[in-house]
Amino acid sequence: MAAIAATAGRLLRLRAAGAEGQWCRLRGAGLQAASAAGDAAQRRHVAHFTFQPDPEPQEYGQTQKMNLFQAITSALDNSLAKDPTAVIFGEDVAFGGVFRCTVGLRDKYGKDRVFNTPLCEQGIVGFGIGIAVTGATAIAEIQFADYIFPAFDQVHVIREVASMAQEKLGVSCEVIDLRTILPWDVDTVCKSVIKTGRLLISHEAPLTGGFASEISSTVQEECFLNLEAPISRVCGYDTPFPHIFEPFYIPDKWKCYDALRKMINY
Amino acid sequence: MDNPSLRELQQPLLAGVGCGPPLQKPGEPQLGPPFRETAFAESLRGWQFLPPPVPSVSAGLGELGPPDLEHPQRQEQQHFPSLDDKPQFPGASAEFIDKLEFIQPNVISGIPVYRVMDRQGQIINPSEDPHLPQEKVLKFYKSMTLLNTMDRILYESQRQGRISFYMTNYGEEGTHVGSAAALDNTDLVFGQYREAGVLMYRDYPLELFMAQCYGNVSDPGKGRQMPVHYGCKDRHFVTISSPLATQIPQAVGAAYAAKRANANRVVICYFGEGAASEGDAHAGFNFAATLECPIIFFCRNNGYAISTPTSEQYRGDGIAARGPGYGIMSIRVDGNDVFAVYNATKEARRRAVAENQPFLIEAMTYRIGHHSTSDDSSAYRSVDEVNYWDKQDHPISRLRHYLQSRGWWDDEQEKAWRKQSRKKVMEAFEQAERKPKPNPNLLFSDVYQEMPTQLRKQQEALARHLQTYGEHYPLDHFEK
Repeated sequence: MAAIAATAGRLLRLRAAGAEGQWCRLRGAGLQAASAAGDAAQRRHVAHFTFQPDPEPQEYGQTQKMNLFQAITSALDNSLAKDPTAVIFGEDVAFGGVFRCTVGLRDKYGKDRVFNTPLCEQGIVGFGIGIAVTGATAIAEIQFADYIFPAFDQVHVIREVASMAQEKLGVSCEVIDLRTILPWDVDTVCKSVIKTGRLLISHEAPLTGGFASEISSTVQEECFLNLEAPISRVCGYDTPFPHIFEPFYIPDKWKCYDALRKMINY
Repeated sequence: MDNPSLRELQQPLLAGVGCGPPLQKPGEPQLGPPFRETAFAESLRGWQFLPPPVPSVSAGLGELGPPDLEHPQRQEQQHFPSLDDKPQFPGASAEFIDKLEFIQPNVISGIPVYRVMDRQGQIINPSEDPHLPQEKVLKFYKSMTLLNTMDRILYESQRQGRISFYMTNYGEEGTHVGSAAALDNTDLVFGQYREAGVLMYRDYPLELFMAQCYGNVSDPGKGRQMPVHYGCKDRHFVTISSPLATQIPQAVGAAYAAKRANANRVVICYFGEGAASEGDAHAGFNFAATLECPIIFFCRNNGYAISTPTSEQYRGDGIAARGPGYGIMSIRVDGNDVFAVYNATKEARRRAVAENQPFLIEAMTYRIGHHSTSDDSSAYRSVDEVNYWDKQDHPISRLRHYLQSRGWWDDEQEKAWRKQSRKKVMEAFEQAERKPKPNPNLLFSDVYQEMPTQLRKQQEALARHLQTYGEHYPLDHFEK
């Protein structure tokens, strides 16, 4: 169902962030401990955590700084340029989209390739499937409008926690950003657990039935004898996501740090 | 065509198919058993029970007994298909035609827009003037203007970071107040999110509007929902829920229950022309018609669904034209004419309850404000267009002209009322700001009737966590 509202405050701050900040790379990687002096100037504080820009990667040739939304727009632009059958559709995509992911694309590629649909998610998905059945490329945007505030990248929280663990406990952590759910990168996680003996999993979604349960279950199957402590899950509570109580609901760095500390002392 | 005679036409020629038991008006003697199951049981007693013919069996052969001409409305009896040259299909009641002709959807001169006042607030046809007393019309005016004032202040407060989000009702105040005034106080309201004027008309206090937006201790919703998600059990206003159009089938269910309870109560369900594209809207309309529910579907067609104009939302004649497709009585009205809205809703209410059938009202209006505080509509429409509606066709202005021409309002009263209403809103606003937020334990309650152990453990874990790390949380703003 399309939904309605948003925290414009955060949206505005993210727009500002777009100008200078850079979302971290999505590949899982070892922790890069930020050196305090050099990076202090580049840090931005948004909501509950601190952004640290990724170091510029060397292996891909020339790079360009973008925020997440700009990266999406760029990917869409590339897709439509390379694939003449590709079309983008959904609610409000024509004027640029409520999250600004399709800005400029309609002007560039035409109204038959970038277009609004009526307000109906089941229709959008079905329509997209139909396009794909013919062999053409369907790119459907499902809108949460201003109802879902921009998704926190939990990896930033975890990176901060890893940093805190190093500083306060002398503990070194591997930070893994799982990019996919089904299938997910079992090998990377298990290799890390075999090496370290411990695992902390965190996501905003509620604890019970959340994806951390899946990871935890698989890891204990594969690496049972390597574990030195129970696997820790720091997630949302089993309640609907609250408005005014958000600061207490979020699996923030303090909750993650506390869970880590307990796991080390197990 | 008037509905009762259409119903007669729709009497099935094959048994086991078609409408339910005959309509009953409250207070009249029962015509027969009200529910199909007992009707069937009744039939078993006095009748030779025969199974209904399987639709796929050809030629409907077999001796099914003589047609019962004394009781044409009994559904259980079996008719042998007539040998007249008329269509016998169970699915439609119509004549044959031997000319190939597609029905052309009439979009150019579609369903006309009913109005009572012209754009200058003058009554066009005196027989349509509802002749409402001065006090009532003044209440219309004050509700609309108070809402407008509250909107301005709360929109600003979001810009200043005092509340997280807001949606204004600019331009649509007439749709709220005109319809709310035509209902009984106990009629159940299901809204979408742009119907605050209905609550305002039902005297929902400013303090509680603000409390919900601020999520403070006075919020009946206990701070759990984002701003403008109002709800009030006492005033029969179902709590606003973000996902669009989900309220439509729910409203139909509520109407069905009201019918069964003989409650003399109508349900009104508001939604925008965008939400009407959702699958749930189709489900709601169809259920309401087939299950004969006393419901008013009230569509606010304001021209935009965020950035999507109506030309991209539908290609037919708006929402009103869909009603007849479902067998629903439908009308299109000038939503900026509070008397037109009032008259249509009043009549729809009367008949929906008396006849147990749904009504569809499409109120044409214009969304003068942005979709929400997360939207800047200059990205997709011209300022000139917005100004036209604000200046030339506004429900508040039109009603003010009406009031002034009756001598019921003047510039001095206008000035005094603006000052007074602004003062009231500011006072409520300042109070709302000062109040603390509810106790964080309310994060966990009301999810279940009895909190399960698993959830209680989570609650206790948070409490322990706050004992150690409390300094990193805004506990000062929350009730202990």
